[in-house]
Amino acid sequence: MTHSFSANALRVFKGERCLFAGLEFAIESGQLLALRGANGSGKTSLLRALAGLAEFDEGTVHWDGQAVHPRNQEFRTQLTWYGHQAGFKGDLTAAENLEFESVLRRQSRRSVSDVLASLGLKRQAALPTRALSAGQQRRAALARLVLSETPLWVMDEPFTNLDVDGKKQINAMLDEHLSNGGLAVVASHETLALSAPVVELTIE
Amino acid sequence: MSVGQDRLPGIGRAFIATARRDLLLSIRQPGDVLNPIVFFLMVSTLFPLAVGPDGDTLLRIGPGVTWVAALLALLLSLNSLFVLDHADGSLDQLLLSPQPLPVIALGKSLAHWLVSGLPLVLLSPFVAMSYKMPSEIAGVLMASVFLGTIALSLIGATGAALTVGLHRGTTLLSLLLLPLAMPILIFGARTVSLAVDGEDFAGGLYFLGAYAVGALALTPFATAAALRISSE
Repeated sequence: MTHSFSANALRVFKGERCLFAGLEFAIESGQLLALRGANGSGKTSLLRALAGLAEFDEGTVHWDGQAVHPRNQEFRTQLTWYGHQAGFKGDLTAAENLEFESVLRRQSRRSVSDVLASLGLKRQAALPTRALSAGQQRRAALARLVLSETPLWVMDEPFTNLDVDGKKQINAMLDEHLSNGGLAVVASHETLALSAPVVELTIE
Repeated sequence: MSVGQDRLPGIGRAFIATARRDLLLSIRQPGDVLNPIVFFLMVSTLFPLAVGPDGDTLLRIGPGVTWVAALLALLLSLNSLFVLDHADGSLDQLLLSPQPLPVIALGKSLAHWLVSGLPLVLLSPFVAMSYKMPSEIAGVLMASVFLGTIALSLIGATGAALTVGLHRGTTLLSLLLLPLAMPILIFGARTVSLAVDGEDFAGGLYFLGAYAVGALALTPFATAAALRISSE
């Protein structure tokens, strides 16, 4: 099934300051939207608004051709959020965190421990996430993308804290996701090494 | 767009899983849970020591002091309800879940009441003993604290959700909640006082019960809306 995700005339205010206005983009299955822009240009604000964590002042977002309110419950079944925080409870293990979240989302066909092992976190599975390094926590958060099996990935600075290997892994995961007909919106300062088509969008 | 709804677990499972997660976190970090309970025990047992052993005075002030201590202990425990989830980013994952947010909020309230409200209910008969209350009156105290803490937990969750994005929102949270918590304090303490005087106290318990049921029906939706506003 192919999907499309587009937006037009988006405007977002942060407090009294207008971050951007008249912003638009359109991507479909197999495409990635790369957000560029200096620090403080509003990339995170845009991502949060696209994911429904914040509201736009103006503009509309379309998913599969239909206008969606970002807080639409059905739209939330379509996306996975990979923020700049791992979003784990430090006192629970990565597996406990992900098992809990599996109830919040569609059930995955893959088991949590398999996915964690594939991300190189087999030995860390029994440790509370607060004992993991920042990079390992980010790796564990990648498991969320695999387990949720949603068509749209929204990622904020996915490469932060990751080693060379981890960066390769994200690129490989994105390539696989896009070749399976997925979509992604990624804010990053780094160049993405992807074979899939990338739509660039720069926020001034 | 209804593809994918099929494998979404039911809201009952989401409710239980959320409550279970918060209970597990309380077990892993027992200090946060014990603080309000110790506070309740200290305040309510220090009063008899300060006032003196005169039985009549103790019986007169007992219900009020115990209720003030219970109210403050519960208010103390409320601030961390959503703040920690906000700080580590896990609140974003809860907000983005396709599961209805009021159900998740209710699950968190249940866990909060079990670790912060229920211990006060169970300890209140022992506090009643230090005020020389007869055992029937300890039962009335327990019933009033039981109903009152349920309402406070639920109303408090809405307040905690409203102040989640603010730095040091504790003072504001207390100010927000006090008007809504006042009826609980007044009726809770008065119910026990009426029982001490041997008068009909059932009306007070009915009121507390109605207040708790009203909070149960309304606050999860208010909490969910407040969480969405404050996460922006």
